Amino acid sequence: MQLTGAQALIKSLETEGVEVVFGLPGGAILPVYDPIIDSSIRHILVRHEQGAGHMAEGYALATGKPGVAIVTSGPGATNIVTPIANAYMDSTPLVVITGQVASGSIGTDAFQECDITGITQGITKHNFLIRSAHDIPRAVAAAFYIATTGRPGPVLVDLPKDIAQSTMEWWYPSSVEELDLPGYRPLVDLDLERIAEAAELIAASERPVLYVGGGTLKSRASAQLLAFAERTGIPVVTTLMARGAFPDSHRQHLGMPGMHGMYAAVTAMQKADLLISLGARFDDRVTGKIPAFAPLAKIIHVDIDKAEFNKVRRVDVAVRSSIDRALEALDATGVVAQDLEVWWKEIDTWRETYPLVYDESDDEKLLRPQLVVESIYKASAPGTIVSSGVGQHQMWASQFWGFEEPGTWINSGGAGTMGFGVPAAIGAKVGRPDRTVWCIDGDGCFQMTAQELVTARSEGIPVKIAILNNAYLGMVRQWQEMFYEERYSEVYLDADLPDYVKWAESMGCVGLRARTVAEMHEAIRIANDINDVPVVIDFRTDSSEKVFPMVAAGASNDDIMVHPSQREK
Amino acid sequence: MNAPEPFLGVTEHTPVRHHILSVLVENKAGVLSRVAGLFARRGFNIYSLAVAPAESSAKFSRITMVVDAETTPLEQIVEQLDKLVNVVAITDIAPKDAVERELLLATIRTEVNSRTPLSDVVANSGAAIVDVDAHSITVMLAGTPKACDLLEAQLEEFDTIELHRTGRVAVPRLGTSASA
Ligand SMILES: Cc1ncc(C[n+]2csc(CCOP(=O)(O)OP(=O)(O)O)c2C)c(N)n1
Ligand SMILES: [Mg+2]
Repeated sequence: MQLTGAQALIKSLETEGVEVVFGLPGGAILPVYDPIIDSSIRHILVRHEQGAGHMAEGYALATGKPGVAIVTSGPGATNIVTPIANAYMDSTPLVVITGQVASGSIGTDAFQECDITGITQGITKHNFLIRSAHDIPRAVAAAFYIATTGRPGPVLVDLPKDIAQSTMEWWYPSSVEELDLPGYRPLVDLDLERIAEAAELIAASERPVLYVGGGTLKSRASAQLLAFAERTGIPVVTTLMARGAFPDSHRQHLGMPGMHGMYAAVTAMQKADLLISLGARFDDRVTGKIPAFAPLAKIIHVDIDKAEFNKVRRVDVAVRSSIDRALEALDATGVVAQDLEVWWKEIDTWRETYPLVYDESDDEKLLRPQLVVESIYKASAPGTIVSSGVGQHQMWASQFWGFEEPGTWINSGGAGTMGFGVPAAIGAKVGRPDRTVWCIDGDGCFQMTAQELVTARSEGIPVKIAILNNAYLGMVRQWQEMFYEERYSEVYLDADLPDYVKWAESMGCVGLRARTVAEMHEAIRIANDINDVPVVIDFRTDSSEKVFPMVAAGASNDDIMVHPSQREK
Repeated sequence: MNAPEPFLGVTEHTPVRHHILSVLVENKAGVLSRVAGLFARRGFNIYSLAVAPAESSAKFSRITMVVDAETTPLEQIVEQLDKLVNVVAITDIAPKDAVERELLLATIRTEVNSRTPLSDVVANSGAAIVDVDAHSITVMLAGTPKACDLLEAQLEEFDTIELHRTGRVAVPRLGTSASA
């Protein structure tokens, strides 16, 4: 069967089981957009390529399947660089197809030429510049294979226009060997000796903590984690990237560790004699000042990416494995730690002394942002998916939402990309149309990517956006208040400019505003009743609210600052 | 002519905590840039780098790199390199387990009637004269990095117009177990 390169590309995506792509056409990718008309694949036309990338990420995080985006060369390609970098930091499987100028024009500064494989070299797991139409199936198959195996990540395929237009005899690789990737070996045999060593450390430990990272979600190991944790009784913390990997309602869950983590989670790690790291990477937002991090702890580090071992912290036992298999093997040893009663008593004291708190809302004042998050959570069906932007609202969402299952928390962790929330929510809703999808957004973040609500409305994707409108780049304001003597520099955003309700309405969404507690509950109720169009709620929140607990950047986790009401007088 | 001494550690160019990585890569466009980019991005230092087609097949090239294992643990350098999809195999050779050679080419301004001192240096270092005209001489040394260092130092006495070194290539010393 003779196909054009463009047809071969689309047929390759179909062969990979792709159901939806997010994209926006242009000159260099034009040939590819023709066979899209006849394809079973749903194409979602975004309003900005950054939206396409974040939607693909939201789709991937909610479904576990790779997200796919298609954009044109030059500015189309550079517009999707931010989501690629974001996906790289958070190990999210993405396949991004970019159009490129014709092969013969590469290197001549042709119209809309840009060296996107060069630009994305450091922020992709791998990328390909296709050199013949015959290679398209192999490159696409390899892209999906690389994006989804081992430690997942984004892969970019750059397709010159002339190659999309030339013809090839259709074929498709039927084995990994045909992908011709002699240097890529993602599959490893679990080394049972390492498991035995890990079991020994666990057996000797009196103050162990399961330090659960995003890799646990990536390897779908929640069931194994629950089984292992319950059998051993070891306390669990879930990082920002792992929220939902272990039920928040579980007695053994201490919550999120790190800069804005729960006091008990942070302190348990500091006092632990053993950290069992499961797909976590000792990120500085978790460790605080590295030499002062968990100084008494031995480290068992389970990860599929062996470059993570000893990168930040010396490990005592490194287990290279997917998290599910390692946990199964660990569980099979029947290992238990020492008696944990004293340890749990200590932990419970921390939990009781320093729970998450915030000041009560008062109808006369602005809303407490934490109350807004809690109220939406309480009014939402179990299994509701929530995305967020980056800032204070993100931390409150992580703190005050109760995550019970994987794939329900969609956020930008490693890169901290403002503007992630709205498009990621849209992508998540496309992947999980059966679920309600809320985005807890900031006013600053919303302004970065809100135009994708036009996409949502026109494509019939009814997401719900809660703007915690504090009229500020709040997280930066918090730092300026605390560390720059309240010298506020370039952080004020007007609560009334833009008019978020009118803006929502102009994008075909329902727009609501809430200033009081009563209005808040009413707006949430209305939003939950609407299932055909997107809803945006402008919640007027108190700009002076700060996120606590907090460990200042570069400080030791021992110096965690709790909520002012919990500080000793 | 004395055979150059085996290289056992420090040279002027490389402090003792360096390692030689022999990296087998796919012979594809952009691979060198991926390797170099990784080093730049992660703040790893390269002292020298040499690339040539590999012995096994035209599909592969071999990059020999001398890396600074002082500022970054060697393990991180190797593991991050290994993550590059085009990197097929990495052999890490400790300096004491390596047979290393390097090529030095230097052109020296020297008149026909005053060439004896240079000829002595050339003869004693095991170098060879590979090009001559009335005003200059090009000498070549294929030897250990230390021998090249020595010759380079000795050439400072002369009016050197140009001096190039290739950076070293290395294979494991026979009978050692170079870790893969
Ligand atoms: C693209 C981008 N630019 C800048 C920042 C730095 N930054 C982090 S949080 C923040 C403020 C976010 O403001 P808003 O969305 O209103 O959220 P809030 O903190 O007020 O809840 C800024 C500017 C960032 N993370 N991403
Ligand atoms: Mg704000």
